[in-house]
Amino acid sequence: MSTLDIDVRPQSGPPRGAAKAAPRGHHRFGDPVFRVVALVCGLSVAIAMFTLAGVLIYNSWTAIGELGLSFLTTVAWSPNGGSYGALAALAGTAMTTVVAMVIAVPLALVIALLLTELVPPRVARVIGTGIEMLAAIPSIIFGMWGLFVLVPFMQERVAPLVMDSWLGELPLLRPGPMFQGGGFSILTAGLVLAVMVLPFITAFSRDVLLMVPRVTKEAGYGMGSTTWEVLRKISLRYALSGIVGATFIGLGRALGETMAVAYLVGGSFLEVPRSLFDPGTTIASLIALQFNEATTKLDISALIYMGLILFVITMVFQVLAQIWLRRARRTTGGRA
Amino acid sequence: MSAPATSQNGAGPAPAPLKALRPRSHGRRKAVDAAIRVFAWVSATAGIAVMFLIVWEVVQRGFSAIDWGFFTELPPVVGEDGGGLGNAILGTLVITFVAALIALPMGFFGGIWLAEFGRNGRVATGIRMVANVNMGIPSIVVGVFVFAALVRPLQHYSGFAGSIALAFIMLPVMARTTEDILNLVPNELRESGLAMGAPRWRVTLGVVIRAARSGLITGAVLATVRVAGETAPLLFTALSSPYWLQGLFGPEGFFGGPTANLTKTVYDFSGMPYERMQELAWGGALVIIVAVLGLNVVMRLIFQRGKEW
Repeated sequence: MSTLDIDVRPQSGPPRGAAKAAPRGHHRFGDPVFRVVALVCGLSVAIAMFTLAGVLIYNSWTAIGELGLSFLTTVAWSPNGGSYGALAALAGTAMTTVVAMVIAVPLALVIALLLTELVPPRVARVIGTGIEMLAAIPSIIFGMWGLFVLVPFMQERVAPLVMDSWLGELPLLRPGPMFQGGGFSILTAGLVLAVMVLPFITAFSRDVLLMVPRVTKEAGYGMGSTTWEVLRKISLRYALSGIVGATFIGLGRALGETMAVAYLVGGSFLEVPRSLFDPGTTIASLIALQFNEATTKLDISALIYMGLILFVITMVFQVLAQIWLRRARRTTGGRA
Repeated sequence: MSAPATSQNGAGPAPAPLKALRPRSHGRRKAVDAAIRVFAWVSATAGIAVMFLIVWEVVQRGFSAIDWGFFTELPPVVGEDGGGLGNAILGTLVITFVAALIALPMGFFGGIWLAEFGRNGRVATGIRMVANVNMGIPSIVVGVFVFAALVRPLQHYSGFAGSIALAFIMLPVMARTTEDILNLVPNELRESGLAMGAPRWRVTLGVVIRAARSGLITGAVLATVRVAGETAPLLFTALSSPYWLQGLFGPEGFFGGPTANLTKTVYDFSGMPYERMQELAWGGALVIIVAVLGLNVVMRLIFQRGKEW
């Protein structure tokens, strides 16, 4: 932004001088009407969210009353067998998300480093556009690609390789009771999720790294630091809160991603997965796969309850993300 | 967009502790640095490579499905040959268009309010926060919400419900994009407009918006394209249909019943154990990816937004 920071936009309404000089009468009505229309549209964003929360709570009331909080600690989801539990889905969501973040965060960080420090702006724009295009691919395409390409690969190559070596004895890799070959698994879903959230974390991290004042970094270089040392000891400390915010943005996306996970995670609703190679389910994919199976009022209400839980969880992470990003902008002197 | 460095006094990080000064092998530091550089290049290449791999796979598998009939015909009866996804393509166009019709103007004026009136006030900060959070609501939750708010009370699925779900997702995106772009317009433009005696609304619509036109068009198109590829919000709202969209209120109408759409159809067909259905699914995926990536690239080429990347 090249404009000065001194903000001379009038605080409210038209400036007095302008109103007096107004040659025609429509000024008197035009501005207030414009202002109110704009305000209503602005408020609608907030109203939309509160309506969503209200409707979800209202519609899951039956399930909340009937199942209460034990919903969260009951493992299996099998409405026909009379078991309404979210625990297997919660565990699956946590596991896929952790896999995705463990892979995506370091990659996103070094790509952001590449874009801000290592290559000239023109090259950075090309690479950045490539990464950003990844974000433009709809999730259903990730799902199909995963189903036809990644699942066979994991099943035929990766899983046997791991199972046959000593790795297959490790706690999170040893096949659990639900093991189906490792194709449809927590790991497959997590891998695709990692690719899907990568562009988001990269974009936010890059923006945050760009906010680190150049003189501070140059001081580091002047002391003889390498690029990595400047990043680790200066930029990352400076930008830490922003990076945390970027991570939460990615986390929120991974938690709520539906279609790709529904294709890949295996859809087994009955047990908490013991291994990364076990199939499982997530809240979002369980809703997607079970909604059209729901018959009774309680079935539907319990699924909406599940939606409410997902809403609350993602909400928490989004709010945290906003707070951290705001803090980052503040410490670097940007607009909050 | 680097902030003027001189204004950063006093905001720096804590000084590095002295132990950082202990002598360390020059060669090792260099090696670590080189390793990180290589890692960075490999990561970026891998990310972009995955994008191309996916596009390539879709093109390879979907290309054979694309012919004239693909765009004009109904899907075949399960197990038979021929047919196309004409009804689904039409349905997606209509659902997305109606969603854009609802969300773009609202988001546009909402963004104007944030940038021109609300600015750093309490209400605006609140709305901005809610909008940012809103963009992170999983789309499946929006689908469930519209199901509960619209489909359940009316006791039927409809294309319109799908449009509402998509509009819900677009609204905060459009509002925040508009605001960000309007903030880039220099204040001098606003001042000169007001100094000419023009009322606020004319300055905003005639001067500020005009200056930001290309960015706003890009933002609107990208917001629309983004939701056009959404599946989860349509699962329990528009559902799907093997028929053409007919009229407005009948059981096959936009407001009256399930409406065929590309993404849900692709989802359903890709899971069927019939070769033709899977071929059609890949064809649908190809249409989606060409439209989405194509429009992204075109908008970038036409309006080079210096802000992005």
